[in-house]
Order: sequence, then C-alpha cells, then structure tokens
Amino acid sequence: MARALLLLLLAALPALAEGLGLGRELAPEEVQAYDVTPIVLPDGRGLPEGEGDYAAGFEVYAFECASCHGPNGEGAPFDRLVAAEPFSTELPPHRFAIGNYWPYATTLFDYIYRAMPFQEPHKLEPDEVYALVAFLLVENGIVPEDFVASRETLPKVRMPARKRLRLDPLTRKLYPWIELP
Amino acid sequence: MDRRSFLKTLAAALAVGNARVVAVEFDPFPPAPRLGKPLSPVGERSRFEAHVQRYISPNLPSRHTGAAFAPISELDGIIHPNGLHFERDHAGVPEIDPKKWRLVIHGLVERPLIFDLETLMRMPTESRIYFIECAGNGQNGYREPPEPTLTATRSRGLVSGAEWTGVPLRILLEEAGLKPEARWVLAEGADASAWVRSIPIDKALADVLVAFRQNGEALRPENGYPVRLVVPGWEGSIQVKWLRRLLVADQPAMSRGETSEYTDVRPDGTVDAFTWVMEPQSIITRPSGGQRIAPGFHEIRGLAWSGFGKIRAVEVSTDGGKTWQEARLSEPVLDRALTRFTLPWRWEGQETVILSRAVDEAGNVQPTREEFFRRWARNNRYHYNGIQAWRIRADGRVENGDPPLAGGPVPPLRAGGCGGEVLDG
Ligand code: HEC
Repeated sequence: MARALLLLLLAALPALAEGLGLGRELAPEEVQAYDVTPIVLPDGRGLPEGEGDYAAGFEVYAFECASCHGPNGEGAPFDRLVAAEPFSTELPPHRFAIGNYWPYATTLFDYIYRAMPFQEPHKLEPDEVYALVAFLLVENGIVPEDFVASRETLPKVRMPARKRLRLDPLTRKLYPWIELP
Repeated sequence: MDRRSFLKTLAAALAVGNARVVAVEFDPFPPAPRLGKPLSPVGERSRFEAHVQRYISPNLPSRHTGAAFAPISELDGIIHPNGLHFERDHAGVPEIDPKKWRLVIHGLVERPLIFDLETLMRMPTESRIYFIECAGNGQNGYREPPEPTLTATRSRGLVSGAEWTGVPLRILLEEAGLKPEARWVLAEGADASAWVRSIPIDKALADVLVAFRQNGEALRPENGYPVRLVVPGWEGSIQVKWLRRLLVADQPAMSRGETSEYTDVRPDGTVDAFTWVMEPQSIITRPSGGQRIAPGFHEIRGLAWSGFGKIRAVEVSTDGGKTWQEARLSEPVLDRALTRFTLPWRWEGQETVILSRAVDEAGNVQPTREEFFRRWARNNRYHYNGIQAWRIRADGRVENGDPPLAGGPVPPLRAGGCGGEVLDG
C-alpha cells in the first residue's frame, strides 16, 4: 500500500513540476496574430514600422480628431491636447495636456493607435498615427516643424513634463528596485 | 382603534417620560394579505427600492467615459449588490461572448500560453472579499469652497466591496514560466481603449486574482465580464477589466493610464507616478448629506477601508472634532475589505458637525482636509481621503460640513475629460 502510494506520488511528480499542464502553447506567429494593439514601451519596443510628419498629421487631425479635441487641440468637448509649459499647482486640471503633463512621447503613439478616434479605434494606419504624433508634438512646441515621427525618433524625444515625474515615495519604499524609464 | 383612542395612546406614551418623539403612523395590518407573485427564475429588487441607483453626473460630456457611484448613502454592508457596484469605464462596456474570450500570456516567459474560459475555470481558485476603489474617489473633495449639497454617495461612492473568485495570477505566470528578466506584467483589456496598466512582478506573484466570479455569479459586464484582474488594496484603474492579455516585460509601459492620468501632483509641483496603494478612508453614510433626521436616538453608521490591510479603529466625533469616541467595528473585519462601523448617538436637536476618522493596522490615520492638502497639491485629481464632515442643521437637515481651506478657491474643476473624469458638476 505504502509502495503503491509512493509510486502514485512519483507518477504525479512530473505533472506537478510542469505545473498544471493547462492552457495551450502559442507558436510565435500565433502570438504575433494576437498582438493587434502592440504595447509600446518607452524605449520604443512595440512601435511598428512607418513614419509621419506635421503636414500629414495636420490633415488627419482635422478630419479625425478636431471635432472632439478642438481645431487647435484646445479641448472641447473632450480632453485638451495642446498646452505649453510652465506647469504649476495653480493650473486647473483640465489644462494638463501633452506639452506640460505627458512624460513620454511613446505613450502618444501607443494610446492614439489603440484608443483613438474614440468612436472607432484601430481605424488609423501606423503612418497616420506617426503623423498625428508629429503634429501634436509640434503644436505643443516640443519638436521643430520638420520633425519626422518614427520608431527611431520617438523614444529620443525629451518631453518637458519628464523632469517633474518621479516614483511615488511609498512605492519606492515597497519596491526599491523600480526605476522610471 | 379609532383616531381618538390613537391620540390618547400617543399622549400616554409621551407621558411615560422617555419621550418617543417619532410617532409611528397607526395603520393596522390588512386582515388577509393577497396572494402574492409566483416563483421567479431571477429575483428582482422590490419596486419600492427602485430609487436606489448608482449616481451618474448629469454634467458628463459622454457616458462612455466617466463613473457611476455606488449609492453608499442607501446601502449597509461590506458587500455591494452586483448591480450597484461602482463603475468606471474609459471607452464603454464591451460585450464579450464567453465562448470567444481568450487570455494570452506572452513576453518574457518560457512558454507563451493561451487560455479559454473553460480552461481557466478548471484551475485552482481562491475567493476573497476585497474593496475596489477608483483612484478618483473623493474627487469632489478637491472643490473649494466645499459644495453644500454633497451626499455620501457623491463624496466616496467610487468604492465597492465584493467577494471575488478567481485563479491567482501567480499560478498562470508559473504555468507560462517566468524568464529571469521578468519584472513587470502589462495587462490589457478588451474594451475599445484596450486599457493597459503595468503591475510589478512582486505584486503579480503575491495576491492578484484573475477573477471570473463576483459575489458568486459571473462578473457584471460593467465590472469586466467575463474576466478581470483584482489587485487587492490598489487603485481600481490597475485592476484591468475585460482582461485579454498579459505581456511579461522588463519595463513598465508608461501607458496613458499611468502618466497622463492616475499620476498625482504634490504641493511643490512634482508629479508622482505609480501611486498604487489606496490610503485609509472612512465615511459616515447615516446620517449623511441630503438626509434629514429627527431629534432622539440614531445609530451613526458608516464604512471604512484601507489598502494597507485591516481597519484597526474608526473614531467618530459628534461635536465638530472637539472630542472623539471609538466606534464599534462590525465583524468581519477583513484585510483590504470594507468594514462597517456603528456608534449609538442621541441627537438633542442642536446644530452640530459629525466626523469619522479611520486608522488602519499599519498605523496610517485618515487626514483632515487641511492635512491632506499639505501632502497633495490643490490641483491634484486623485486619492482624496480627507475626513468628510457632515453638518446637522437645527432642523435636522444634513449638509456637507467640510471646512473651507485657508488658501481660498482652487482652480476650477470640470466634469468629464482630463482632470474631471469623475467629477459631477
Ligand atoms: C468622438 C470624440 C473623439 C474623437 C473623434 C477623438 N477623440 Fe481623443 N479622446 C476622446 C475622449 C472621450 C478621450 C478621453 C478618454 C478617456 O476618458 O479615457 C480622449 C482622449 C484622447 C487623448 C488623451 C488625452 C490626455 O491628455 O490624456 C489623446 C492624446 C487623444 N484623445 C487623441 C486623439 C486623436 C489624435 C484623435 C484623432 C485621431 C482623437 N483623439 C479623436 C474623444 C475623441
């Protein structure tokens, strides 16, 4: 009986070592197929190929975005997209925007590509999104008008708001290894 | 009993000495109640309770992004009915066919894996009672001067308690096998904004649940049907609803939801990222703003909770903060769950201010309004946990009793959009 138990246990061991054996393993092409809204990291990983500039972005913006964010990104009826420095604690929250509050340019691509336009997300091609990002960065006074947004250039853009961003002190205490990109 | 004898009884009762000031209307039982409704496959609330609803601001520019507040002024208990659990969406509520639902785990793992709902439900589960609270809960506290007509629901109703059942995220990650460089789990939802948040691996392995039951039944669509993350004690926006993907990475995403939103401004203008843990809160729900009380006995009731653990104590003042008494905590007092507190009280009919203050097991004390604004900027948007005061007027009406701040009015706040997504007017 004891031996039978031991045998049973031994037989069960490999199963335990490999976990529950549930879920199906995905081939790399399958993972790719599920990655419909790639998550963009601040170092640029996840950004697709393509590029776009201010002039192209101006067109797309007028057509796809202005009705909700204002012709110049001034934000009506929805979020303001254009606001310059300086930032201060006197600034009303509805004036927080890309120029004074967004710490990473990569987030702009990530968010617009996955979530905008609001009523029909995922309708824009990567080139159009790069163009919108270039347009918004120029309008916010962060890059010169001839800036071309791409996988190479976006991670290098220094956003004015980055200098104010820090890790919450409590979080630093709980997770001392965390560093903001 | 006719009217005359009723009045006599009332007079007699009053003469007994312990003045029963509230006369209960005399209306004898009907001799034979009527045959009621037949059995029903799904129960519904009494029609007399139809007015108990989530509060949605009439001033939102869109109902596809914004919040619906749990009606805590009208509820008691540490578990909220599923239909009244607070709701915060960023791009509407998706309709997901459970047969088509998939969860993909990939990135820095040995084996990228895909699960369907049936497979997920075969795995080992845990059930836990937790609160979930929106980081924007309390946002009306940023208004200055304080709004007199504030209710408990509009003050702190972006919190709810439920029993969540699901598979520990740790088990799923172990199934996929973490690579040594794995530091973050980036979770993505299947809503129209494909909401993304980054969770440090320590937390992901500690106590996060991949939940498919809310108070025993399937999740409500607005709470993530069929599957959401439950990240105990942390802000609601990281507890990704409609979960469809977990990307294991060596860096956080710094997604919009952790940069443009859900970051917090300090009085020196610094902006804090990853303000995850919800600080201690308490609120008196009865008597509270918008209610009206009569002189005599009342049980003061409310809720307290903290992302740091259990509630250790709730102190209540019925004289505007001059003196404090310890309220009774109703069992069970659970780790990172709503906790009920009660205090018997006799109101003599004079104007006064009542307050409650939570202390958690880590020793954190809920701050006064003034203390709160020494830690956070006046134009911050999240994590307001200042003590809520209720002023009882001499006529019994209850109003917002929060003291105005020394600094005067703050920058205006708008409902909807950046900086006012949960504000209501
Ligand atoms: C139908 C209205 C609508 C349209 C059209 C629209 N947006 Fe938006 N946008 C919104 C709403 C609503 C939000 C806020 C979503 C939320 O609450 O999470 C938003 C948020 C944003 C944000 C984040 C703002 C911040 O500071 O956090 C950006 C950036 C943005 N939109 C860019 C765009 C761009 C670029 C386009 C054009 C392709 C566009 N939007 C089209 C409604 C719209």
